[in-house]
Amino acid sequence: MEFVELIKTPRVDGAILHRPFQPRVEGTLCLTGHHLILSSRQDNNEELWLLHSNIDAIEKRLVRLELRVIMINLFSLQALSTLDSTTLMYPFFYRPMFEVLEDGWHSFLPEHEFTLLSAMTDEWRLSYINKDFTVCTSYPPIVIVPKSIDDETLKKVATFRQGGRFPVLSYYHKKNGMVMMHSAQPLTGTNGRRCKEDEKLINATLRAGKRGYIIDTRSANAAQQAKTKGGGFEQEAHYPQWRRIHKSIERYHILQESLIKLVEASNDQSHNMDRWLSKLEASSWLTHVKEILTTSCLAAQCIDREGASVLVHGSEGIDSTLQVTSLAHIILDPESRTINGFEALVEREWLQAGHPFQQRCAQSAYSNSKQKNEAPTFLLFLDCCWQMQRQFPCSFEFNEQFLVVLFEHAYASQFGTFLGNNENERRKLKLQQKTVSLWSWINRPKELEKYLNPLYEANSLVIWPSVAPQSLQLWEGVFLRWNRSSKYLDEAWDEIIHIIEYNKDLQAKVNALRRQLAELQTEDGELERP
Amino acid sequence: MQRERWQLQHQEHPSIDGIKSDTGTAPARGQEHRLPSGISNCTVGTLGFFREGMEYIRTPKIENVRLLDRVSSKKASAGSLYLTATHLIFVEHLSESRKETWILHSQICAVEKQATTATGCPLLIRCKNFQVIQFIISQERDCHDIYISLIRLSRPVKYEELYCFSFNPKQEKNERGRGWNLTDLKAEYNRMGVPNSLWQVSHVNRDYGVCDTYPAELYVPKSASTPVIVGSSKFRSRGRFPVLCYFCQDNNGAICRSSQPLSGFSARCLEDEQMLQAIRMSNPGSDFLYVVDTRPKLNAMANRAAGKGYENEDNYSNIKFHFIGIENIHVMRNSLQKLLDVCELRSPAMSVFLWGLESSGWLKHIKAIMDAGIFIAKAVAEEAASVLVHCSDGWDRTAQVCSIAGLLLDPFYRTLKGFMVLIEKDWVSFGHKFNHRYSHLDGDPREVSPVIDQFFDCVWQLMEQFPCAFEFNERFLVHIHHHVYSCQFGNFICNNNKESKELRLYGSSLQLKY
Repeated sequence: MEFVELIKTPRVDGAILHRPFQPRVEGTLCLTGHHLILSSRQDNNEELWLLHSNIDAIEKRLVRLELRVIMINLFSLQALSTLDSTTLMYPFFYRPMFEVLEDGWHSFLPEHEFTLLSAMTDEWRLSYINKDFTVCTSYPPIVIVPKSIDDETLKKVATFRQGGRFPVLSYYHKKNGMVMMHSAQPLTGTNGRRCKEDEKLINATLRAGKRGYIIDTRSANAAQQAKTKGGGFEQEAHYPQWRRIHKSIERYHILQESLIKLVEASNDQSHNMDRWLSKLEASSWLTHVKEILTTSCLAAQCIDREGASVLVHGSEGIDSTLQVTSLAHIILDPESRTINGFEALVEREWLQAGHPFQQRCAQSAYSNSKQKNEAPTFLLFLDCCWQMQRQFPCSFEFNEQFLVVLFEHAYASQFGTFLGNNENERRKLKLQQKTVSLWSWINRPKELEKYLNPLYEANSLVIWPSVAPQSLQLWEGVFLRWNRSSKYLDEAWDEIIHIIEYNKDLQAKVNALRRQLAELQTEDGELERP
Repeated sequence: MQRERWQLQHQEHPSIDGIKSDTGTAPARGQEHRLPSGISNCTVGTLGFFREGMEYIRTPKIENVRLLDRVSSKKASAGSLYLTATHLIFVEHLSESRKETWILHSQICAVEKQATTATGCPLLIRCKNFQVIQFIISQERDCHDIYISLIRLSRPVKYEELYCFSFNPKQEKNERGRGWNLTDLKAEYNRMGVPNSLWQVSHVNRDYGVCDTYPAELYVPKSASTPVIVGSSKFRSRGRFPVLCYFCQDNNGAICRSSQPLSGFSARCLEDEQMLQAIRMSNPGSDFLYVVDTRPKLNAMANRAAGKGYENEDNYSNIKFHFIGIENIHVMRNSLQKLLDVCELRSPAMSVFLWGLESSGWLKHIKAIMDAGIFIAKAVAEEAASVLVHCSDGWDRTAQVCSIAGLLLDPFYRTLKGFMVLIEKDWVSFGHKFNHRYSHLDGDPREVSPVIDQFFDCVWQLMEQFPCAFEFNERFLVHIHHHVYSCQFGNFICNNNKESKELRLYGSSLQLKY
């Protein structure tokens, strides 16, 4: 298929762009294979580039003279924004205009992560059991498992867990050697099937005499119901050393509906306080944020305070499970609050761990086509990160903008990072060879400096976020940014950066003067001595 | 409001109260039973309430008291409770820092003695700055003594009993004067550019004869003669005739304030009509005058039956009349109570909290006040028009709205000094009833209302939206808010200027140095 076939009219003159807070722009609309471009053709600044994959819904309004042309274009747009073949998407056509200093595809190799781990403990090993994706299609080729468990056992465990997602290491807590693992639900079914190997595997992670916690991200009811579909949960009788806790985190279409309602409320221009608050409440978005954060805090608490190991799973182990493990990670591990550490976390706990980005992020809040695979799982994770960032403004190396960029690229991007649903698909698409990694672009010093938090001071402690409703706020930087100007907030940030730099300069001057003074004093001393 | 401090704030030492700086002694470690730092040097006032206050203290010190942690009810710190004539002080025993919690009697809004349990007798104290403190006192008798003392000490009956008359941080007399002169309103009007060819000082209220809730010096249009002023004042609630509140030098736009006219259903007053005309004429660039009634239309209409009401557009030449529905003090008092109830919920669900926030209506009221301020500021800045603002008596909603408009229009009011001047001008001088609204003295509970609290919330909202526009920070707002209730300084004590003069606050108490 050629793009040319889809583009009926490549150019329309006299188009007008209306934007809030800024004057309207009159110019020419151009349609290319991957972008919708509006150029005022007067000075180079007034240009809008819109990626087709960023287009969620198109409506016909305010169309007068060029009705026909724009209509044709609309059809083209619709076709272009809903390409069904991944290989026709922009990342495959995008050629970087920048010099790749460090190839992001190789920035976070599991082997490297493992060397860091083996410096702390020798109880774990790398397993290449999944190198052909035969044991588990959604796991990466290399996983970290207990040393005492051989590959044969793993294979048996995989048959007992949905989608073959056997328990693997997610986080090792250096302070007390406790671990967090994630997996999918056990396939106990209604007749209470058990698997000795599975019990052996997860017990292998416990120290002698210690107990562990299994955090099930479904309510007890939902977990019970899962049995009728062949799923289930770990029976106390078979896992006596583990205590199971149920926490209900919503998933799939419930989250998607919540997002749709929230975005609709955020775009509501009628200025009425009551309506705004009821709509915010009705969207339940903040309820979801609270649930996810609460569960993550619980997992972190079990590890840090109770000194127990934790296994997290829901049903498939690719949505709420990953939210909980990655957020617990951020609470516990100061390293994951740096830019590099956060990227490594996203790479490991989301991309490698098999969160189906392409399915979940295919459409966003405006789309009216109902597809059940969409869910703002990753956006909720970023929102939770933002809540923590707001509560601990000095503990994160990156700023809000960094989170916003990740959100944008998860939904529409020129980079291949978030394409595909798991490592298996990414290999088949040959993304490493054919597309550029988002990390290659972000990790250039010039780009990176946009995402640095000027207030950052490395904080080696565990951070405990407040999950009280009073402490959680709407993420304005994402949900209100197109409806209100951030000019004054940006100004404040510039001012903060300025003050901190000024302070650094002064500090440097003080140090120089002190040194000078010390030198003079020793000189004086030498002069006086003879 | 969400940014309010939800946690119990321990004041290590009340350095903001200025006492600590007096003692100059660092707390010594190791002394187990020691008076809280600062007590011994707490200077006794000349008026003798300190002595008088002592009479109400039945038990000055109680051992084995536990202070409950607001965040987790399991945690509690053990210590001793001291009762002085001015403060209730809790000193922690075990902690390294010997943490102290000081509560001013004037901050106490309500004291509740709850049913005795196995661990002791719980005493719940609600403060006017929204702090809630719960002690567990081991002896029921001690708890009762404290309860009775606090009830009396937190409800003084005469001004002389207030803390500001005994608070004396060893300051030179001239330094004290400097504090009071910091906010010179005459200088402020000069800064705005008045008196000038359009506006002049009027001494008609020299002896508070025309209006006892207005200051002695008032600024009125040059063309308004004394008979017009006096006539107009007779046609306005409590004699609060239209006077200048803010003047915009760039375009001659002015904000004036007054109380409601006594128009009833059909009454007219020539002088009042002339007064409004004079205000309009004082802005040569504009051919009309906005009259903003900050009440909901229904309330204003109801007032007509009582012989009050609002301006009839037919009787006044060239006015544009507007209602902006800000609710009255009773609605606001209830709204705050609902809001506090929501904030006090222990680990509520998100939807319960949001629903409670909404049904309290607090943010809706804040928005109404801001909307009114924006309307006035826009009229002045964009239309170069003059505005007359009033509500019923013109000392609550009018004060809120005029000061918000001032903040929006004039960068000076967003500085530290400017903000103090703004409060002194729009609130203190124009007779905002601090004593009644914030119940400094035991009085009618129906007069109490969080009027200035709402103003501070509005300012905080503005600070959130324009972080670089204000010289001061959130802490400054919280600090002033604290002292509106503390009665430690003489600024926010009385209902109006006349009362302050009679009390001779200037000489006998201190100006809050902000």
